[in-house]
Amino acid sequence: MPAALAGLDDLGPAVRDRLCGFVRTLRDNGFRVGLAESQDALRLLATAGLDRPAHVRPALRALFCGRRSDWDLFDALFDAFWSGTRVKRRMTIAGSLTRTGQQTLHSLARLQQSSAPPGLPSEAERTEGDQQTEADPSSRREGASRHESLARTDFRQIADPAALEEAHALAGRLARAMQARLTRRDRASRRGSRIDLRRTIRASLGTGGTPINLIHRRPRHRPLRLVVLIDASGSMGFYTAVFLRFVHGVLDQFREAEAFLFHTRLVHMSDALREKDAGRALDRLGLMADGVGGGTRVGESLATFNRWHAARVIHSRTCVMIMSDGYDTGDPELIRSGMAALRRRCRRIVWLNPLLGWDGYEPTSRGMAAALPFIDLFAAAHNIESLAALEPYLARL
Amino acid sequence: MLDRQAIADRLAGVGYVADAGLATALAVMELLKRPLLIEGEAGVGKTEVAKALAALHATRLIRLQCHEGLDRAEALYEWNYQRQLLAIKAREHQDADETEEHVFSERYLLERPLLAAIRQVVPPVLLIDEIDRADEEFEAFLLELLSDFQVSIPELGTVCATTIPRVILTSNGTRELSDALRRRCLYHALDFPDVDREARILLARIPGIDAALAQQIARLVARVRKQDLAKMPGVAETLDWAAALVGLGVSRVDDDRAAVHDTLCCVLKTREDQARITRAVSDRLVGEAA
Repeated sequence: MPAALAGLDDLGPAVRDRLCGFVRTLRDNGFRVGLAESQDALRLLATAGLDRPAHVRPALRALFCGRRSDWDLFDALFDAFWSGTRVKRRMTIAGSLTRTGQQTLHSLARLQQSSAPPGLPSEAERTEGDQQTEADPSSRREGASRHESLARTDFRQIADPAALEEAHALAGRLARAMQARLTRRDRASRRGSRIDLRRTIRASLGTGGTPINLIHRRPRHRPLRLVVLIDASGSMGFYTAVFLRFVHGVLDQFREAEAFLFHTRLVHMSDALREKDAGRALDRLGLMADGVGGGTRVGESLATFNRWHAARVIHSRTCVMIMSDGYDTGDPELIRSGMAALRRRCRRIVWLNPLLGWDGYEPTSRGMAAALPFIDLFAAAHNIESLAALEPYLARL
Repeated sequence: MLDRQAIADRLAGVGYVADAGLATALAVMELLKRPLLIEGEAGVGKTEVAKALAALHATRLIRLQCHEGLDRAEALYEWNYQRQLLAIKAREHQDADETEEHVFSERYLLERPLLAAIRQVVPPVLLIDEIDRADEEFEAFLLELLSDFQVSIPELGTVCATTIPRVILTSNGTRELSDALRRRCLYHALDFPDVDREARILLARIPGIDAALAQQIARLVARVRKQDLAKMPGVAETLDWAAALVGLGVSRVDDDRAAVHDTLCCVLKTREDQARITRAVSDRLVGEAA
């Protein structure tokens, strides 16, 4: 500590303030920088040999970055901050955000940021509640029922951007709530019968080294791996964004999970989903989903998946979850052979089809009909409630 | 004093060619006594960093290879049960408390990498390889060890570190690591080396390689990596390839294109990749690189 303090005196308050500003900018951009890091940074700046920006930059980068996305962002932030140009509090991460759909996604980033601790109600919910508490004691129930009705509304019918944002937040919270429950179940279900030698011998001391009481050890329950394929074609437009939000939340809980997106081709998106910040992840995904317009090629995407990715991401304890409406402009035979190949590799196939929630829908489209025989669970996914209904199934995996 | 040039030179002295960023990270690590987390694809030379660091400080490299289900018994310490059982039998008629004291003493303790690392006389380099393969519980435990550098063994008491090891963690990114661990560590994202650096690596590692050939091979590998491959060739593959070509007496890659194509087995490790780089493709790449 004395050494660090001496360093601070040498530096003078100006540098210290600038550094604090830099740390604040980093935090605003999603860097996890704690007090200890700031202190170490001061020590670094006070160290001889670090008097040129070319030397300071890599040193601070090593200290402040925690993950690849930080690393890629750092140089731009460093330049923007230290070269004097003013930096926006939160930099635009994903290039151009011109289309309306993406704007909604981007605005989610702000929402996500403001609702920091999980479990707390989001901004929107809180303000709504606050406004009503004075006027009406039953407001709580009203707030809840509003959510309830939102949970039952088809995503397609939510037009108001604010309501859509709320639906997103709801999907995020649902995913978080599921996460907690799924994890606890995992712990509770461990059982097994390997002998724990260490404890057994400890216990055998009292009986002169004869192990009378065998003490068992419970091996870890190995969870299934989850692989998600999301259809991002035009016909799915209303659902894709909410699905992504939901999947981003749920995947966090599966230790082994991979996600792909397909429209006319297949895109691997696990990296984007590993992004902790939901808003930022969705921004990146938004760009990926923004593929060539036009028809979906479910069959070809499946074939690509089987050919290039399946061997790596699928093992015998894998559940594949496909989110698609099954409308396909390609050859249904391709879908059939693709699904058959997938079936051979994995343990379970879940197909979530938003259309299934519509009245009078029959899975008669050629693509869907070809895929049906290979599916273990064919479920609706058109509103929050139907997503919530998946939980018991996911918990059993 | 943060002398990164000195570190880069000394690393080069032990055969590791580091760029300025990595040299700085290692210098900062020395200064702040924090662990360094290195992330990057397989084959970019993450593990080599630790080996080079150990060679540089002329100290022991203690390596913990992580895998799924890694637990404290494998990582930290274990009791030698067979010897304990024998000892208990031999002391059957003695006082039970004394026996317990005896069998849970230092003599029966098996050191595993983490415990060994904090009980050295000279600070070693502790390499925790592929931390992303271990599970969250282990990560949390590791975090505790890395901040306190002391271990409590219930039967023996608390073991404090005699020296603080230099810790290097590597990750392939198969699982997201916790923020807490990331914050505790310095971070360096390691990419495949650029052409110049790879050529210098070849010169440093392959005895008797010509500088022009090293440059050509480095350019060639850079082009191979740009192809749409299932498995990108790492630096180790480049070294193998260069050694093979030198062994075959190739002095320029464009002199003997058949030899170049035939030795592609050093760098292409899947059937798809081999099928993709046909003779025509490899000839074109050689033409570009020459």
